[in-house]
Amino acid sequence: MEPHPDLTISVIRGLGWLYLLMSLLNICWTFRSHKHDGYYNRMFGIDHLPKSMFWAIYSALLLVLAAVHLVFSADASSFLLRLPSWFKVAADTVIANPISFFCLSLVIFIAIIALRKWWVQPTVAWILFNLSVLFLAVSMTDYDFRQIVGKPDNVPIVGMLYLVGFTTWLYFYKANDNDERIAEGRPLAEKELSDQVLVWPDLVYSEMICMILVTSLLIVWGVALQAPLEEPASAVKTPNPSKAPWYFLGLQEMLVYYDPWMAGVVLPSVILVGLMAIPYIDFNTKGNGYYTFDERKFAIITFLFGFLPLWVGMIVLGTFIRGPNWNMFGLYEYWDVHKLEVLNNVNLSEYFWHGLGQPLPKPDAEAPGLSQVLTILSREWLGILLTLAYLFVLPPLMAVTVFKKFYVKMGFVRYMVLANLVLLMASLPLKMVLRWVFRLKYIVAIPEWFFNI
Amino acid sequence: MSVTEYIRKSQIWRSIFRHPAPYDRRNRAVVVLTNFFLHLHPVSAKKGGIALSYTWCMGGITFFLFLVEALTGVLLMFYYRPTLEWAFTDIRALRDVNTLGIMREIHRWGAHAMVITVWLHMYRVFLTGSYKPPREFNWVIGVLLLVLTLLLSFTGYLLPWDQLAIWAITVGSNMARATPFLGHEGPGFQLLNVGGFDLITNASDARFLLLGARTVGEETLNRFYILHCVAIPIVVSGLIAIHFWRVRKDGGISQPL
Repeated sequence: MEPHPDLTISVIRGLGWLYLLMSLLNICWTFRSHKHDGYYNRMFGIDHLPKSMFWAIYSALLLVLAAVHLVFSADASSFLLRLPSWFKVAADTVIANPISFFCLSLVIFIAIIALRKWWVQPTVAWILFNLSVLFLAVSMTDYDFRQIVGKPDNVPIVGMLYLVGFTTWLYFYKANDNDERIAEGRPLAEKELSDQVLVWPDLVYSEMICMILVTSLLIVWGVALQAPLEEPASAVKTPNPSKAPWYFLGLQEMLVYYDPWMAGVVLPSVILVGLMAIPYIDFNTKGNGYYTFDERKFAIITFLFGFLPLWVGMIVLGTFIRGPNWNMFGLYEYWDVHKLEVLNNVNLSEYFWHGLGQPLPKPDAEAPGLSQVLTILSREWLGILLTLAYLFVLPPLMAVTVFKKFYVKMGFVRYMVLANLVLLMASLPLKMVLRWVFRLKYIVAIPEWFFNI
Repeated sequence: MSVTEYIRKSQIWRSIFRHPAPYDRRNRAVVVLTNFFLHLHPVSAKKGGIALSYTWCMGGITFFLFLVEALTGVLLMFYYRPTLEWAFTDIRALRDVNTLGIMREIHRWGAHAMVITVWLHMYRVFLTGSYKPPREFNWVIGVLLLVLTLLLSFTGYLLPWDQLAIWAITVGSNMARATPFLGHEGPGFQLLNVGGFDLITNASDARFLLLGARTVGEETLNRFYILHCVAIPIVVSGLIAIHFWRVRKDGGISQPL
């Protein structure tokens, strides 16, 4: 028997139960569709064909799929339903490359916002949900995928992705509704439920049901998955890769583009200060206490950009895709310690001085301190100038151009705080693009002072 | 007289529950006002404000998970000694020997879940604009609670003292040595010196403060244990109380004005 089988009997059985569950869910959906979706006037030469028929067929197919998995009892290696290797190769090529990974997450992000009226329709959302589960299910037939996604500590991240997806859907569903109401001058959905009800029983009971559900979820989860316990700690055996706890993997990913003092200290502090500053820089009085998109476009898009592609997206990247030596690996790829990636990044100052055909100015170790400082500053003058301009010249420029309205409404201090927070957030994707396009390592590189940007 | 009626009328019962059963409208209000556990709530609320599709219940679940973590955490403390000699062995015994071993699973999964629910709670509060006046400061307290939740999870990560624990904490805490001015590999630390003598070294910088040593070791285990089991939970409890109190004082559950 091969040591890393793509399929085992227990995987096949597990998938059988998953398909059975999906079939049952889709049977429920068929009933919903029968009630709400109506009929095709004419399709396949049949008049008055119910739309729910497609869901019925799909549910039946899932049921067959489940049965096939549940009754199969021959050698697992002869089971034919598995992910084709051309798909694995194609998917891995896209995912295991930083440029295509971030472009993909950016495309998804733009689609979430631009197509918000389309994808939140229940039927579309349900199809997307089905596709994601089917993707997960067929991927489970791959050994390497199971190793990384099925790891007990990574299971909550998969759960989180579904929860974030669902809550984002719920938000846009309610926001679209309210936006239509506002456009038509009708009262908000929340306003229609403005009568007072007693907290006992209306709230207290739902709280109790929530508590019971969470408790049972935790117990089932605790029985099903054992908390990980690896080898006893050893200060000499460094695991490869060494990863921070999963919720910090976005920060760890920033280490690729920034030095620890930026990625590990300054930017996290900026994130927290920025979060705390939100109520004081958001001068928009609309959208207080109800779901809306149209009335708070800037705030919502900025926050969603920070939360979805940057925070959640980079946790996904750090958890599932970063492997040994912090290289990127496809979802179906073996984590090869010897995978080689050429890192040949160049500092801005090197570009500048070599472009002039001159050697990099070197501080003379014998010289007095001040002249060393001046040499270093003259070596890095372009990067320092650009950084200062980015933080101090760009905000006033934006104040008289794209952010004019903001500046007028917010006043100097608030505006500067907002502009700098936005610019610092944007500095991460900017640095990424610079790295990919120009192989740029540092804009300001002063290793003598541990000061690299 | 039925048995339940007899119990309800007894002096003991009436001394515990200082109000009649919430069978009618008046007593449903009274029960919320007079019961310690229920008095966090207002007596009545807008229907839209407590609708599950509006609140997502994520803040409530986060609080409940905090209670679950406290309970399972106390139970785990009975079985765990934070020393190099025993930490790993005790956790392995929890897994292999103890009947209460599932407490560790519930504690760990509950911790993961709590991080997620805190995020989703913030997500909801942002998306409904509920941080806007008059709730600005409660949002700030919420951000502090987010940080403390992450720190609780981070400090707890070390306690099993396995490879996963020690290296995750090593990677995480390595950042601290790059703290500007206060880390021995951070920009500007050379400026803090007296007569050519560096004040910030690997035995006096921010990372040393966090770890209690130059590397993750027994001092770190002790430090993280106390932070995890005593120090942070106390601060979190205080902030949760203020957070809830301010929800009530800053206009209740948010709703359109």
